[in-house]
Amino acid sequence: MEVSMSVNGETRTSEVEPRTLLVHHLRDELGLTGTNIGCDTSSCGACTIHVDGESVKSCTMLAVQADGASITTIEGLASADGELHPMQAAFMECHGLQCGYCTPGMVMAATSLVAENPDGLDEAAVREGLEGNLCRCTGYHNIVKAVLSVGGGA
Amino acid sequence: MNAVGAPLKRREDPKLLVGEGKYVDDIQVPGQLWMGMVRSPMAHAKIESIDTSAAEQAEGVHAVYTGPQLQEMGLWLAPLPCAWLVTDDMVNPPHYPLAMDEVHHVGEIVAIVLADSRYGAADAAELVVVDYAPLDPVASIAAARDGDATAHSEHDTNKAFHWPLVPDPDALDAAFANASHTVKAEFVQQRLIPAAMEPRGVLAVPSPMGGDVTLYSATQVPHILKVMAAATTGIPESKIRVIAPAVGGGFGAKLNINPDEILAISLANKLGRAVRWTESRTEAAFSTHQGRGQLQTIELAADADGKLMGCRVHIDADMGAYMMLITPGVPLLGSFLYTGVYAVPAFGFTCDGYFTNLTPTDAYRGAGRPEASYAIERAMDILAAEVGIGPDEIRRRNYLGGGDYFENLEVPSTLVFDSGHYGPNLDKALELAGYDDLRAEQARRRDAGERKQLGIGMVTYVEICGLAPSRALGGLNYGAGGWEHATVRLLPTGKAEVVSGSTPHGQGHETTWSQIVGDKLGIPPEDVTVLHSDTAISPLGLDTYGSRSLAVGGVAIAAACDKVVEKAKQIAAHSMEASADDLEFDGGMFSVSGSPDKQMAIQEIAFGAFTAHDLPDGMEPNLQEQVTFDPPNFVFPFGTHVCTVEIDEETGNVELLSYVAVDDCGNQINPMIVEGQLHGGIVQGVAQALWEEACYDEDGNLTNPSLMDYLVPSPTEVPSMVTDYTVTPSTSNPLGVKGAGEAGTISSAAAVMNAVVDALSPYGVKDMDMPATPQRVWRTIHEAKNGGAA
Repeated sequence: MEVSMSVNGETRTSEVEPRTLLVHHLRDELGLTGTNIGCDTSSCGACTIHVDGESVKSCTMLAVQADGASITTIEGLASADGELHPMQAAFMECHGLQCGYCTPGMVMAATSLVAENPDGLDEAAVREGLEGNLCRCTGYHNIVKAVLSVGGGA
Repeated sequence: MNAVGAPLKRREDPKLLVGEGKYVDDIQVPGQLWMGMVRSPMAHAKIESIDTSAAEQAEGVHAVYTGPQLQEMGLWLAPLPCAWLVTDDMVNPPHYPLAMDEVHHVGEIVAIVLADSRYGAADAAELVVVDYAPLDPVASIAAARDGDATAHSEHDTNKAFHWPLVPDPDALDAAFANASHTVKAEFVQQRLIPAAMEPRGVLAVPSPMGGDVTLYSATQVPHILKVMAAATTGIPESKIRVIAPAVGGGFGAKLNINPDEILAISLANKLGRAVRWTESRTEAAFSTHQGRGQLQTIELAADADGKLMGCRVHIDADMGAYMMLITPGVPLLGSFLYTGVYAVPAFGFTCDGYFTNLTPTDAYRGAGRPEASYAIERAMDILAAEVGIGPDEIRRRNYLGGGDYFENLEVPSTLVFDSGHYGPNLDKALELAGYDDLRAEQARRRDAGERKQLGIGMVTYVEICGLAPSRALGGLNYGAGGWEHATVRLLPTGKAEVVSGSTPHGQGHETTWSQIVGDKLGIPPEDVTVLHSDTAISPLGLDTYGSRSLAVGGVAIAAACDKVVEKAKQIAAHSMEASADDLEFDGGMFSVSGSPDKQMAIQEIAFGAFTAHDLPDGMEPNLQEQVTFDPPNFVFPFGTHVCTVEIDEETGNVELLSYVAVDDCGNQINPMIVEGQLHGGIVQGVAQALWEEACYDEDGNLTNPSLMDYLVPSPTEVPSMVTDYTVTPSTSNPLGVKGAGEAGTISSAAAVMNAVVDALSPYGVKDMDMPATPQRVWRTIHEAKNGGAA
């Protein structure tokens, strides 16, 4: 089947098997390997991307379901001149990553969480909001710190 | 200009943050074939027949192979290696990449398919039909020890080895005979699934230009893998290049030589095509090794004041179905630590290793040492209750050196601890935790009969790391050394290049190494490039595990820098027509004592060493030095952790209210990275205490193989932590550094369980198995209340 979607601002059209998961389409077909796969039960959140502005685990969607959608992956988050998005910068500043494998999904989930809570988040809300994203390295301490530094409000 | 000791931001981060970290599964090569694994659904069975015909005819399938076929093709010369034959008579059944005629655990590979796509390989694997004749499975360590069934039908026992460490049996018996207090406790170290966030994966690529083959693997140990792949497959070592690209966590699970690695490299070599495989999360739970799996019995003897007189330990250790790379050595790594931080005059340890029909065990963060720390630290709390003093007091009375500073102290397990200073470390932790206030609040809630009760747990741990002095490993029958290699070169442009045999997978080596080199050479850390994890670039190395990278690899780098500076000094003396003895080196500048205007920058010297126009007679051009450092001793980091839990007596839920950690890993190079290591380690140990367990049914089926039901903690389950430090430099190396990678895990499970049991102590509860799930806590409370019946 032919699917067409806007990925990081660029229209990408391809032939896919109907059963192709969106995450496999992004990684194997479009070469956007920043989006990682950490499980097979939609538990870990490593594959989190934005679909039409909302964070979505891209292993829970078929590529064909994203036909016509506007998608942002971790590769599309920094500005064109290479300046890191404030959330990416905060993760670096707060040492919110170690092996980096959960990081793209974690950053995508966090940016979406902050956008949905313009009045600011407290620690409990950050932890609740990131419940679907697992990290084995950081114990979450510095991830929470990073997200609060961007979206903690006044 | 001191980079060492500064919390420099990590140079690794920018790439990882924008999705440019290249993990194995991110690398695509033309013409690649995907392996699909056909895995046994039985824990123990004879393979009657394998029908591959339907799979062979499926679209996109290149070939289907069974174990005997691959053996016939000469895909391997030897079984997968076990490098740690702990006794001369250890039983070590051959472990081939595929089962030959009998399967020994669920998930063992019985056939493989090669197909031209990821999905095609998975589809074709489903089409292979295998007939099994079931055999009695050995589904637990107790069954292995006490039951009639054997895990390998060619053996009449499940016992793999018996390993004793009893330096003075008479003294040990006397200690128990003369004791005022004795306590005996039994603990279960449940099996754990390491669950690094990146699943393992391999890609083997034959070089189109020659006979060599490159193996990309999500491994912690590319150097060890290269040697073992050569020995196992017969491909000459010089034809194999192993690359560990970005690796998404390891925790010991990527410290092995796995069937897929041997299959990929050998098939790529035979077929002349790239061969790859990436495990699914559920597949990982069955096939990648697990951690822990021990039944421990610990006995303590003490005098009337609670001062320890003796410690006797026996453990039954679950090897799983096969001996993998260091399976039998893991419990032994802990053997030396069962007396913890305490002065114990008499000590004895014995371990029996048993085979089961479960996934093999091997190293998992801490590897033997969290188990040891758990046993002694839980037992000390039990002893404190027996003696009638507090958990802080029982520890103070027994600290090595009386809690005062000591160095190079021999302990009963025959090790020499490099340095320790436990008393002030405990003081600091109790103060940070607000210990007296916590006890007051606990008493208030108890008096008020509140539904949510407090428990306070403490641990003072010591770990043995910086693996390892090669002679010590030899004494333990380990099949390799413990040195690490480093090359440091100052390039003609004045930038430094470091080649490290350590292999990071999240620890931030590039940043830390650049700090050491920057300070040593007097150049900005940004001018240091660190090369690693590729055996063609870094031919010598022993990789990353056992909290060894800094204490062995980092020390090698520092020593290589010293040699570079020494050579540069000879050149500077020659150029400035001064005596080398009169030169001072500071901030990258050589200057002549007493003549401050005569100076040369080390970068200038590097260029001179490159042109070689005017070097001292007989000196080789270029500034490049190498060091292979074999540590004279281990390092022994320590610390005190204080954990507070709140238990809801109605639901049995345990909530972590606070976690305070005061660690001592000697001198720190990058405190930000140290703290991050501790955070992650602590949560991994907490997870063992409260949530994680690989559960098996009586047939040997893993009942919770996915992340839906194997409970890796999410952000909501843990609190932010409080971390602080004392600094007691190591005497084992010139940097005075210890190690921090495993410390959190070595301490935290015991700290949490001490807190849980403390909360329940008013009911007379003295112990509880891990994980302390709500159901288990609720049952324990009700059994205690009802005198045994829930």
